Amino acid sequence: MSAILLIEQVLNGLQFGVMLFLMAAGLTLIFGVMGLINLAHGSLYMVGAFAAAAAAAATGSFALALVAALSAAALAGVLIEVAVIRRLYDAPHLDQVLATFALILVFSEGTRWVFGSFPLYLDIPDALSGPVTLPGGIQYPLYRLALIGVGLVVAAGLWWLTQRTRLGMQIRAGKDDREMIAALGVDISKLYTLVFALGAALAGLAGALVGAIQSVQVGMGEPVLILAFVTIVIGGIGSIKGAFIGALLVGLTDTLGGIFLPLILTVAMAPEAAAQTGAALASMLIYILMGAVLVWKPTGLFGGARPA
Amino acid sequence: MKHLLLATAACAIGATAAMADVKVGMITTLSGGGAGLGIDVRDGFMLAIEQSGRDDIEVVIEDDQRKPDIAVQLADRMIQSEEVDVLTGIIWSNLAMAVVPSATAQGKFYLSPNAGPSQLAGRGCHPNYFNVAWQNDNLHEAAGAYASEVGYSNSFILAPNYPAGQDALTGYKRLFEGDIAQETFTQLGQTDYAAEIAAIRASDADSVYFFLPGGMGISFLKQYADSGVDKPVIGPAFSFDQGILQAVGDAALGVTNTSQWSKDLDNAANQAFVESFVAEYDRLPSLYASQGFDTANLLISAMEKADVSDQDAFRAALEEADFDSVRGDFRFGSNHHPIQTIYAREVIEEDGVYTNRIIGTALEDHADVYAAECNM
Repeated sequence: MSAILLIEQVLNGLQFGVMLFLMAAGLTLIFGVMGLINLAHGSLYMVGAFAAAAAAAATGSFALALVAALSAAALAGVLIEVAVIRRLYDAPHLDQVLATFALILVFSEGTRWVFGSFPLYLDIPDALSGPVTLPGGIQYPLYRLALIGVGLVVAAGLWWLTQRTRLGMQIRAGKDDREMIAALGVDISKLYTLVFALGAALAGLAGALVGAIQSVQVGMGEPVLILAFVTIVIGGIGSIKGAFIGALLVGLTDTLGGIFLPLILTVAMAPEAAAQTGAALASMLIYILMGAVLVWKPTGLFGGARPA
Repeated sequence: MKHLLLATAACAIGATAAMADVKVGMITTLSGGGAGLGIDVRDGFMLAIEQSGRDDIEVVIEDDQRKPDIAVQLADRMIQSEEVDVLTGIIWSNLAMAVVPSATAQGKFYLSPNAGPSQLAGRGCHPNYFNVAWQNDNLHEAAGAYASEVGYSNSFILAPNYPAGQDALTGYKRLFEGDIAQETFTQLGQTDYAAEIAAIRASDADSVYFFLPGGMGISFLKQYADSGVDKPVIGPAFSFDQGILQAVGDAALGVTNTSQWSKDLDNAANQAFVESFVAEYDRLPSLYASQGFDTANLLISAMEKADVSDQDAFRAALEEADFDSVRGDFRFGSNHHPIQTIYAREVIEEDGVYTNRIIGTALEDHADVYAAECNM
């Protein structure tokens, strides 16, 4: 294991982490502010990717594709917030889970109806394609470096939004005491729609960015959704900072575990068995991490006292 | 959804239930992530039925959603209340293992258009079970043989960590004569392969073999092409079928893959099939469509010789496989699995569409290794 390979894998883990953050940020905002479990968040990720693929095919421009992804996902977010989610804020979590699960099915089959069952094509822009050589002779894909950059910029922007703006103040207040900020004259229903649209747009952005290096297909959002839930549970529900640290932890653990566990096991086992056992153990690592964090801090790393 | 499909099926064959002599139950994946495969099998199958002009075949089509429990429920209903004579359609090996043994034990015929788990080719073989596609290991064995033939001596191999993935790497190693630089199992459904690609870059392998069906393969190939690693890649046809190539784009160009069928195979049956498939569905047929088409033609060939109620005669007629397969020469081995030639293909761009072209033969008249374990 050379130092170059190690650094490359750490970069991979970081890149995976920041993309996970884009998903987890929206999820944690929605859960933290509105107390809503939104299983359909993965569908918004898919909507973003499909909108980007369609826009890229029509215009050939990646920048326009990103704009399309952001607006389509935000629009879909507003639509489902007004039509469905709004009725669920006071409902028990089980009702929310059922209704948002139904939304997953509606989005999946609706997308299939519009775009067909075969995966769509979405490629990275020419300006960002191919590898670059980093100091120390590390070859690393430029696009993945760009993803890390975008993720960090969004994280900084969200921090600024929640900590330094009036809207952010309302969001934080809404998280702590819904009735009180309504009583103070903040239009809570408009605030909720806005937060939901923001979370949806972030998911759509992640879908489009990641869709360019993966496959744009129906059902692409659900595996990411599970990881995003693990992330916000580790980070503490409702905390943007927690989502960021949690996402990086999950990204690094998953990437480095998948590489190093099989290698470590070869010390004690035959290569073939080590590869299989290592892969099986590596897929459990993030859940073990989640369990360990919860034993140590039952509300997650940055979660405050759970609201009643 | 279900009624719509039934209606489509009924329209396509222009038959009514009362007149039907053979009732076929098709359980396949029509929704969710793997739907493209099931849709291709269904469309190929229905095209052959339509072309035969017969009005004595009724096809009942149901969606298994890629879930074994749903496939089992559908099979029970088709056998008990619909009283089908023949079952077909299953794409995934784990679903086939859940459905096929009980269906054949209840005296139904099962014609597999895709899944070919080793268990059903070896000890678990059954007189009423026929596989029209391949035994799971076949295309991987062919890839191993072809890699040796073109002179690769050290392969980095990877597959998802589930039974078909383990079979794939076993199959590749069975006929590959070189060394294995590293064997890596990824997670099923994994979408980011940056870590594996970094390991490939760092290894001293001269070739990469991967089995990553569907979306997993799309992700891997796009990321591999963008990483600047230039070790040659080989895979089975599953990662390069017509349904996903357009999503991979340029990244797949020139990649070698192994298949028992290709669009450019030079025989009359295949040319007619490709032409009529494009005319009917306005897209190029995939490997899966060709398998669905052959499965229906096998069934029709047997119906011409025997009545399905006479099981022994019907089975003998199926064993003869007296139809023009779109893949050329085709016959069944003693365990009712194909003995067939497997080709090496490469991905090309043709009139703006990505597709495959045959570049050589990987294995002539290849049979699977499990036939010896089959007693029937």
